[in-house]
Amino acid sequence: MVDSGPADALLDMYRRMRLIRDFEELVQALFLKGEVPGTTHLCIGQEADAIGVASALGDEDRLAGTYRGHGVALALGVDPQALLDEMLGRATGVCGGRAGSMNVIDLSNRLIGCFGIVGGSIAAATGAALSLKRQGRGGVAVAFFGEGTINQGYFAECLNFAQVLSLPVLYLCENNRYGEFTPYEDVTAGEVLDRPRTLGIPAEQVDGMDVVAVRDVAEGAVGRARDGEGPQFVETLTYRFVGHSRADPGAYRKQGELEEWKLRDPLTVARARLVDELGVDAGEVDAVDREIGAQIDEMRSAGLEAPLPDPALLAEASEFKG
Amino acid sequence: MVEFREAIVTALDEELAANENVVFFGEDVAEPGGVFKATPGLRKKHGDRVFDTPISELALTGAAFGSAVTGLRPVIEIMFGDFMPLAMDSLVNQSAKYWFISNEQQSVPLVVRSAIGAGSRLGAVHSQTPVPWFLGVPGLKIVCPSTPNDARALLKAAIRDDNPVLFFEHKRLYSLKGEVDDDPVELGTARVMREGADLTIVSAMVGVHVALEAAEALARDGIEAEVIDLRTLRPLDHAAVAASLARTGHLLVVEEGPRTGGWSATVAAEIAEGSLHDIDDLWRLTTPDLPIPFSPALEDAFLPGAERLAAAVRSRLVSRSG
Ligand SMILES: Cc1ncc(C[n+]2csc(CCOP(=O)(O)OP(=O)(O)O)c2C)c(N)n1
Repeated sequence: MVDSGPADALLDMYRRMRLIRDFEELVQALFLKGEVPGTTHLCIGQEADAIGVASALGDEDRLAGTYRGHGVALALGVDPQALLDEMLGRATGVCGGRAGSMNVIDLSNRLIGCFGIVGGSIAAATGAALSLKRQGRGGVAVAFFGEGTINQGYFAECLNFAQVLSLPVLYLCENNRYGEFTPYEDVTAGEVLDRPRTLGIPAEQVDGMDVVAVRDVAEGAVGRARDGEGPQFVETLTYRFVGHSRADPGAYRKQGELEEWKLRDPLTVARARLVDELGVDAGEVDAVDREIGAQIDEMRSAGLEAPLPDPALLAEASEFKG
Repeated sequence: MVEFREAIVTALDEELAANENVVFFGEDVAEPGGVFKATPGLRKKHGDRVFDTPISELALTGAAFGSAVTGLRPVIEIMFGDFMPLAMDSLVNQSAKYWFISNEQQSVPLVVRSAIGAGSRLGAVHSQTPVPWFLGVPGLKIVCPSTPNDARALLKAAIRDDNPVLFFEHKRLYSLKGEVDDDPVELGTARVMREGADLTIVSAMVGVHVALEAAEALARDGIEAEVIDLRTLRPLDHAAVAASLARTGHLLVVEEGPRTGGWSATVAAEIAEGSLHDIDDLWRLTTPDLPIPFSPALEDAFLPGAERLAAAVRSRLVSRSG
């Protein structure tokens, strides 16, 4: 790309958000058909967090995600086909079908892992920051987690640990208002940002439906961590448009809430900015949608044809290396 | 006919009604009624003695302990057994020790309910059976029902028991239907599920059903297996196993759990020591010493199924007699 002016950069982010959205919808459709076994935690509605933050990261940086991790995986550049194949339990999956939707690991793409235990991502990124600091190449580690996770022991222990050691880590709290089926305020005292602040960790809030805003705030926070200013904290205000996981009728949602948030769909927001503010032709955005749609169709067929892992590996695999 | 999950909610309902010191709390258990729909309606009926908690497993077990030694009889839910490590300290270092080291001033009447087990394609950290992690901790009882009737009777017994009890509910049993009666069942008692003269198969939870299915297949080949459901894994009913072995001479222990360090090894060791002269053969069928894989192609091969069990029995009996 020669010109990476604001329009090109935003169109690129739009394209990557569209990939996440369509990927998640494909996973959902395949799940409903019984092709994706187990469970899935989709990030539909939260795409701007993944893309905004990933856009602020460089080659030395690392990221740890959660069971709701398809978005960050794609944002970091994990091969979409390999990611889909993992959901399908295929040998060609990014972890050979061993991990599944909740536990994807792809170190070659800077993804330390997606962690199925609430709080696990915080620990992983904190430790990665320890390593990155010692390596001295300016790398920053990012932990994604939800607002429900701030009540987990990992959160309290790791934030303090990182602060006293001045580790280069960004704690990225996606506040989508619900931990599973329980509203934030029913089980949480105080405000999210007060917790890092009481430890002296700089903390700010951002509109999680606006990818540009997320990217800008993430660039600032990652930059400060890179410059040796220690841990940083960002809370994104976002919303999950779909259920927590497989069986979730969403009875806990307040009336009209979902519809209201959908008006601020991160894809709608980005498209409006592209067309209305940056003068991009709507047809160009439509072309992106079609292109991704075609890619997804191909992925679907390839995934369903991909080979299953050979059970013989269970006899051959070792619990240990070497 | 009653579903296993109904048996659970019925036992909770009855014990909450019977004793106002019984309280029940956990993540998403009250308003949402539990992620496995095993606790709906309790909040409505019993009010604030049933409540949702933050995602704070250690606070859950810690508060259960503290309240149990000061007058309440808490029942808590740790959503998945895989989250037990986060909750373990209070169970292992407080609840399990208190009665003995307090010189018997006070016991710890608490129950931890938790959904466990593999076969649901949930991957390495939502499928484990945590029994071995706790088996070596004196002071904790471990209950593992296999039928709706036992689920109800044993949960009631656990709540009435004055000691800390871990009550494990296998995820693949929640939809199982069965007859329920009002006879109490004592913790620590096994049950003969099927009589047979040729060998004894001992298991728990899903393993019991696998063993019963295998026994039917074996019967068609003229091999009559006795199937014993241990129901409680600590304390173990060695006497029931020994009595059966004295009749059959052959003992197979089937455990859904790693080969090393499981309860099947304890059963085998106890029986070997106590009933050496009754033993013509004694062996175990377990899962490999590996994390539980996600892909159905791998998970199915990982778990001890009825066909494999029957085949193992056939070849073992032939090789021993030949
Ligand atoms: C230690 C632990 N406890 C409970 C769970 C079950 N669980 C999975 S996601 C979740 C809610 C998490 O909410 P939040 O942190 O807000 O993230 P979100 O899912 O909304 O992205 C819970 C309770 C878990 N995976 N790990």
